[in-house]
Amino acid sequence: MAIQTFDVATIRKDFPIFETGIAYLDSANTSQRPRQVTGAMLEYFEKFNSNIHRAAYRIAEEATVRYEATREKVRAFINAASTKEIVYVRGTTEAINLVAYSWGRKNIKQGDLIVLTILDHHSNIVPWQILAAEKGAQIEYVDIDEKGELRQDQLAELLKRGPKLVAFNLVSNAMGTINPAREMVAAAKKAGATVLVDGAQSTPHQPVDVRALGCDFYAFSGHKMLGPTGAGILYGRRELLEAMDPFMAGGDMIKTVRIEGTTYHDLPWKFEAGTQAIAEVIGLGAAVDYLGGLGMDAVRAHELEITEYAYESLSDIDGLTVYGPPPSRRAGVISFALEGIHPHDLATIADRDQVCLRAGHHCAMPLMTRLGIPATARASFYVYTQKDEIDRLVTSIKEAQRIFA
Amino acid sequence: MATADDQFYREYILDHYKNPRNYGRLEHPDISHEEDNPLCGDVVGMDFRVSDGVIEDIRFHGRGCAISQASASLLTERLKGLPLEEAKKINKDDVLGELGIEISPARIKCALLSLKVLKVGAYGLADEDEE
Repeated sequence: MAIQTFDVATIRKDFPIFETGIAYLDSANTSQRPRQVTGAMLEYFEKFNSNIHRAAYRIAEEATVRYEATREKVRAFINAASTKEIVYVRGTTEAINLVAYSWGRKNIKQGDLIVLTILDHHSNIVPWQILAAEKGAQIEYVDIDEKGELRQDQLAELLKRGPKLVAFNLVSNAMGTINPAREMVAAAKKAGATVLVDGAQSTPHQPVDVRALGCDFYAFSGHKMLGPTGAGILYGRRELLEAMDPFMAGGDMIKTVRIEGTTYHDLPWKFEAGTQAIAEVIGLGAAVDYLGGLGMDAVRAHELEITEYAYESLSDIDGLTVYGPPPSRRAGVISFALEGIHPHDLATIADRDQVCLRAGHHCAMPLMTRLGIPATARASFYVYTQKDEIDRLVTSIKEAQRIFA
Repeated sequence: MATADDQFYREYILDHYKNPRNYGRLEHPDISHEEDNPLCGDVVGMDFRVSDGVIEDIRFHGRGCAISQASASLLTERLKGLPLEEAKKINKDDVLGELGIEISPARIKCALLSLKVLKVGAYGLADEDEE
């Protein structure tokens, strides 16, 4: 079946920010948001602003219905079995911290092995380091090969040691590498490990099916997929979530509270203490609707086309090094270095041309150390990215080379 | 657009970046200190030879963006031959003034890294924020 495509010029009309004239090449950091998302949030604020789950009046019922509707949208979007497995969190970072705290403290013991990868974001490293230090557990990191892809042979060796947990990102935010997640999860599960997949960079950009993937936990952020900041998702297999203690405690996550003790709420509310990010969750629902309307196969096809164009345009520039695999095995992310020009200087020069480019270690310092570089410049793409923006980046790079010549 | 860039990366800043003054290491320095800016990977270190309270000789080393390295080069020029007591009076406005360009908030840490090396290293001030 042919993949349905979409017209980028039409899509861009939904994003008022492009009227400012910016070329936005930092969507792996945070995406832009269409009117449909901000509109859904505004509607909440202006028409039924109230707290959820606890009031008897009509606008509060409306708020609760809209807030809970996002759960079913997300469930369908990632093909989870039940909305009980969809926990609202602030973002990927909170999701992973929740698992490290609630699952990790119960299940990781002294001497246990945790397997991570050198491609992981700090948010999928530091929570495990804290847990390992507390429990006396060990962490091993799967390395990359010369092409920037994970060494599966090394993972296989580590799996022989029977790790308790294997956690990795489906797509590297720093290099764009798409990891062979399905095979990795299958191998890790076969070895008896619990598996967490960091989906921060995959969920916005390609179809996701958590049941086909077979992982135990899957985490992602709304703000990288056209939604607002402050709303993200932790997917967890039901029996694991059932067995876990709460992460945050307080209002809304309880059934009854007595001086003698408390019984917790059912899933997923057991993990949602305190007043929630209601507008943001409603906004995330609108973002899922928007992406669903485009079709995730079409999103991936568009990004592949842009990534191939950018990869070729950048590779043609003298003194420019692109890190990571070829476009077919990477998401819409290109990390690169320019000879003699620090990424921050390039980003400053690009900014003068209204080209938004990321420069830094991309919260992946172990990877930067592994590559022997302090930082890279990174261009990343999304549904609204057009070739003209890549051309503007190339112009900025050439301008930087002229200034630093 | 080109003129704005040229103004930002003024000729003498690029010159200090490409041809840094007092670059290298001193043998047996009286003071040696290095600071980094982990966010962008900038590193600046300075070696001082101090005699009778005067900075007799100074070298800096490091790597990073044009702003951090040019700022360090400019600062060593100013420090060489200066009594330590005078050096203590140098503040962030002096350093930014010497660069003579508008520095965006995102780049201010780059511009002030060398001053941090001076403050923490040469006269033992606690690592203090720019503000």
